[in-house]
Amino acid sequence: MIGVIQFPGSCDERDALAAVRRVGEGRLVWHEETDLAGLDGVVVPGGFSYGDYLRAGAIARFSPAMEAVSRFAAEGGAVLGICNGFQVLCEAGLLPGALLPNEGLRFICRQVGIVAEDFRGPFGSEIGAGKRLSIPIKHMSGRYFAPDDELNRLEANGQVAFRYAAGENPNGSVREIAGVVNESGNVLGLMPHPEHAVDPLTGSDDGLALFRALVRAPQAAAA
Amino acid sequence: MKAKILIRPKDGILDPQGRAVERALPALGFEGVHEVRVGRLVELETDDPGKVDALCEKLLANPLIEDYEVEIDG
Repeated sequence: MIGVIQFPGSCDERDALAAVRRVGEGRLVWHEETDLAGLDGVVVPGGFSYGDYLRAGAIARFSPAMEAVSRFAAEGGAVLGICNGFQVLCEAGLLPGALLPNEGLRFICRQVGIVAEDFRGPFGSEIGAGKRLSIPIKHMSGRYFAPDDELNRLEANGQVAFRYAAGENPNGSVREIAGVVNESGNVLGLMPHPEHAVDPLTGSDDGLALFRALVRAPQAAAA
Repeated sequence: MKAKILIRPKDGILDPQGRAVERALPALGFEGVHEVRVGRLVELETDDPGKVDALCEKLLANPLIEDYEVEIDG
C-alpha cells in the first residue's frame, strides 16, 4: 500500500494516486495523519502546499504527516517527492539542496526529456543509467541549487538521479539537475511530474517506471 | 520587542528578480544602476528576542540559499 500525502494546497495528489493504482495499491494520507503503519511507500505530491506563502515547501515540512514521513524515510522506507514534494523534502532536510525561482521567472509547463544517471537505491536500479524519459514539468521554482562542494559530493556518491537532456534545462538548475536521491537512495525528489506521464494517450507513459520502483522498493530492500 | 529581519539571496546565487529590476531601470531613465538584489523584510514582535536567530534558521530563511540580518528595536 502506497500513501500519497495530501496537504492543503496539494493539487496533484489524485493524479499521483491514479498513477500508483496502475501498478499497485494506494490511498491518500491527510496532512494531519501521523501514523504511516501499513504503508510500503510514500509519495509527496505536487501543488502549492499551504499556499507556499514563505518559500516553496517551507511550511509543509512542519506538518504532522511530514514528521511521520521523516521517520518513515529514516527507517529506509521509499519516498518519492514530485515538484512541490521535492521542494518540501529539500526544506525538510531529507534531500540535499534547494529549489529556487526559475531563472526566467516564468511558470513553465511543457514536456521535457530527462536522462537517468547511475544512481543508488530502488529507483535507480529500476530505471537504469542512461535511460531517457519524456515527462512534463510545470513549475515556478524548479531551479535546483546546491553549493559546488556539495554537488561534487552528490555526483561522487551516486545521488544525482536525473539531469535534463542536453539543451533542455528549462529553469537554470545547476549542472542540469532535475532530481536527486538521499545518501541511502530510498528518498527521490524530482521536478518533472511522472504522474502526468502514465498513458501514451497523453504523450508518454515513461513516468510509470518510477511508481513501479516505489511499489517494488520493499521487495528490492529485502532481496 | 520589535525585530526586523532582512533576508537576501546569498552572494553568488543568481537573483533573476534583481536582474529583471536592473534591466527595467534604463528604460525609465535610471542609468548606471548595478548589482540589484531583491530580498525581503520580515517585521515581528517577540517576547523572546533570544530566539529570533533560531526561528530565522528554522523557518524564515533557508541558510543554504539566503543570508539574514536581525535588528532588534528595544
